[in-house]
Amino acid sequence: MIVNEQIAVDHGLKKDEYAKICELLKRIPNITELGIFSAMWNEHCSYKSSRLHLKKLPTKGKQVIQGPGENAGIVDIGDDDAIVFKIESHNHPSFIEPYQGAATGVGGIMRDIFTMGARPIANLNSIHFGSPQHKKTKNLLRGVVHGIGGYGNCMGVPTIAGQTNFDSSYNGNILVNAMTLGHVKKNKIFYSKATGLNKPVIYVGSKTGRDGIHGASMASASFDEKIEEKKPTVQVGDPFAEKLLLEACLELMAGDSIIAIQDMGAAGLTSSSIEMASKGNLGIEINLNKVPCRETRMTPYEIMLSESQERMLIILENGKEEQAKKIFDKWNLDFAIIGKTTKSKKIELYFDNEKVADIPVNILVENSPMYDRKWKKAKLPKKNKIKKEDLNNLKIIDVLKKILSNPNVCSKEWIWQQFDHTVMGDTIQKPGGDSGVVRVHGTNKAIAASIDSSAIYCWAHPLTGGKQVVCESFRNLISVGAKPVAITNCLNFGSPENEDNMGEFVECVQGIGEASEYLKFPIVSGNVSFYNQTKEEGIKPTPAIGGVGLIKDYKKMITMDFKEIDNIVLVIGKTEGHIDQSLFARNILDEKNGPPPEINLFNEKNNGETLLGLIEENYIKSAHDISIGGIITAVSKMCIKGNKGINLKKPKYLINEIEYYFAEDQGRYIIEITKKDLLKVTDILNKNAVHFDELGTISENQLYINEKTKVTIDELKTCNTSWLTNYMSK
Amino acid sequence: MKSSVVTFPGSNCDRDMDVALKKFGFKNKMVWHDDVELPKSDIVVLPGGFSYGDYLRCGSVASKSKIMKSVINFANSGGMVMGICNGFQILVETGLVPGVLLRNKYLEFICKNVFVKINDKQNTYFKNIDNNVLEFHIAHNEGNYFCTNDQLKEIEDNQQIAINYCNMDGVIEDQFNPNGSTKNIAGVFNKNKNVLGMMPHPERMIDPSLSGEDGSLFFKNLINNIK
Repeated sequence: MIVNEQIAVDHGLKKDEYAKICELLKRIPNITELGIFSAMWNEHCSYKSSRLHLKKLPTKGKQVIQGPGENAGIVDIGDDDAIVFKIESHNHPSFIEPYQGAATGVGGIMRDIFTMGARPIANLNSIHFGSPQHKKTKNLLRGVVHGIGGYGNCMGVPTIAGQTNFDSSYNGNILVNAMTLGHVKKNKIFYSKATGLNKPVIYVGSKTGRDGIHGASMASASFDEKIEEKKPTVQVGDPFAEKLLLEACLELMAGDSIIAIQDMGAAGLTSSSIEMASKGNLGIEINLNKVPCRETRMTPYEIMLSESQERMLIILENGKEEQAKKIFDKWNLDFAIIGKTTKSKKIELYFDNEKVADIPVNILVENSPMYDRKWKKAKLPKKNKIKKEDLNNLKIIDVLKKILSNPNVCSKEWIWQQFDHTVMGDTIQKPGGDSGVVRVHGTNKAIAASIDSSAIYCWAHPLTGGKQVVCESFRNLISVGAKPVAITNCLNFGSPENEDNMGEFVECVQGIGEASEYLKFPIVSGNVSFYNQTKEEGIKPTPAIGGVGLIKDYKKMITMDFKEIDNIVLVIGKTEGHIDQSLFARNILDEKNGPPPEINLFNEKNNGETLLGLIEENYIKSAHDISIGGIITAVSKMCIKGNKGINLKKPKYLINEIEYYFAEDQGRYIIEITKKDLLKVTDILNKNAVHFDELGTISENQLYINEKTKVTIDELKTCNTSWLTNYMSK
Repeated sequence: MKSSVVTFPGSNCDRDMDVALKKFGFKNKMVWHDDVELPKSDIVVLPGGFSYGDYLRCGSVASKSKIMKSVINFANSGGMVMGICNGFQILVETGLVPGVLLRNKYLEFICKNVFVKINDKQNTYFKNIDNNVLEFHIAHNEGNYFCTNDQLKEIEDNQQIAINYCNMDGVIEDQFNPNGSTKNIAGVFNKNKNVLGMMPHPERMIDPSLSGEDGSLFFKNLINNIK
């Protein structure tokens, strides 16, 4: 087949990109080469629309061992220990085929982690679905949950936290973001940079099949009515093969034979080989006849573009081949020497004794397109039309019950009960809390992790929304007693070719950057997913933030369940009564206008650090950050978890009670302390200029506002726990 | 006391079991599925996980692996063999314990704490344990115990039912059955009660910081009984 412009366009390349390829090569590429270019230059692999903006994010800090650019980020957690972590999207494939899409998303991110020498110790996920009433939602949710569980459970890695949201903007494009954390000794980290000439290039893992060809290109385009035809671009996962690959790789890594290692993820053999060569400023020569194939008569084009799962590319020290092969034989995995490193600085592929590709590596990487896309600044949100007198007609308890059973607030136990969250024997805080927490095996340290997104706020005002997500992650870590260390981000947006969507991206990234800089909470890894769009309809901007924190002594971990009757409950942070874009305004009043709550980074940092100090001094019996649904939703959850009630004091403020209880002002936490510590605690809060209010006293079994306004905790619990189970069993 | 834990390709609770056994005083050795001989052991444990990817049928490929010949001989000569979760599935596939394990009734993986009632204390596993009800943890997709009516009569007559799912007061009712198991059966013995297969994971309940501590009671009692 002779390549022409049309074929290039069919590969998802733009006409001018194709012209650039011909110019750089000084000839017309053959079909294999074109395939390689299309794989390397698509949005998913090249970050061509986002690179310019991502560069501005803060990525450094003394705790950072490895920032963005490798398979995952790495942070120092003291002693010889480091944590490797990253988040990745698998949105497009999960919509087309929810089970396999989600499963291979989980498999892919775990591979990124153990490629660096780390044993995965925890998984998290952030999943977004369309409206519960949409005809596809239930099946997609079931398929995604089964897929995540199917892969993670089999790998024996606990899924310790997650987030599930519903919004009609995801009707045609669901989001499946998976995050993994791994533990590694600092002197045993592996990288993907190839060094040395004539070193053997080794292929290990599963065989290469025809699945997933053009997966990365598919993930770089919007959906249309022909989406069903894209099913063959979805990879098929085999968690058993990956478990073997994990054990085999870690066994090989215990020795000193590996120079560089890279997993085959998006764009398979193409991107892994090119990345290793590019980082090492070397060439790589591969004989494609040596690649273990699952199917017969696979062409060079198919071999290079397959996204078959559970495969790795390794560059070994000379003479270590036999020793390495023994390990992979033991685990029943393929092991093939498929090529070597060269000084040519080219990627050279041979098949049936013919040269089938010959491309300088720098053309593919450094010359890949980068766009400064046009973008529009978000308009200031319209004013809301809420009338204060309407609020007085509402009954607090009725509203509370509605909010607790709202799909975005209700308990997600139906989901996380299907994920093994206790395997590995170190999970000390399971899903359903502010963060999941696992011990660092064999030490007193524990790692907390949380995953957050606030698409509503980001949609209403991207800059504020971007800041808010980072702050929310910060708070979720602090609420369990963890010092925030670093974050990974998964930026899910619509088409970058649309100026509004691009504007949302630019401003969210700016907000994320500002908060992360101020809170010294750097971004060490991440992923961008554009084109979450069906025809002209894009999703709400949904940056997901995965936060990681450190608890030095795991016995000091905090949970959110109320502990003891008669203990005092305080609210840290000021309540101004901001109800615009709150769950209350949007779902109870059906008011979608107005700005999201403002972020005050000074208060955010000060409140959080002061609370960490109180935790360190053992004053805090339980804690929970206040997020959607406001004070009363947060306090209800603490009651439900602890099976205790609360007597609420009348707020001192002049604001309406409804606003006081349901407002979503930021930077707030609820804490439980003993009566005898009250003076000491308030003294510390005052000294640190942290605003606080006394909210109430823990009681037996009801939430009590006054004689007319009260409800039993059992009733609240039923509201909170039944929605999802009922929905899924209908 | 010496223990051995067998690692099959796809086992993923082998390390957890190793940690638990050592914590309560066992000298534990890990054994590879492809080995022929078992080290000298007072008890052999088949751990949880997804041996051979659970392809074909859970536990079926593992039940035919090399080491299992020795495990079966060991069991038949009176040696203690305990299969947890996938290990239980392997045991039923070898026929060492009666019955089969089907897919959970609601077709979903379940990971949560459950209560189990100890049905029989005339055996080395549960002898002398004070409690009648233990809080254990389950994490499985195929734990729905099933056997024929004849088999059920036989295991009831022989007191081979080890533990049943129940509530915290030991009441065995359908509403406390997490997976649809016949008669709420969570674990069974062979006839001589030297082989125990059970779905719950005591090794995940060995520390107050984890899901609970009733696993500690189980292991402490176990090592004392073997001594």
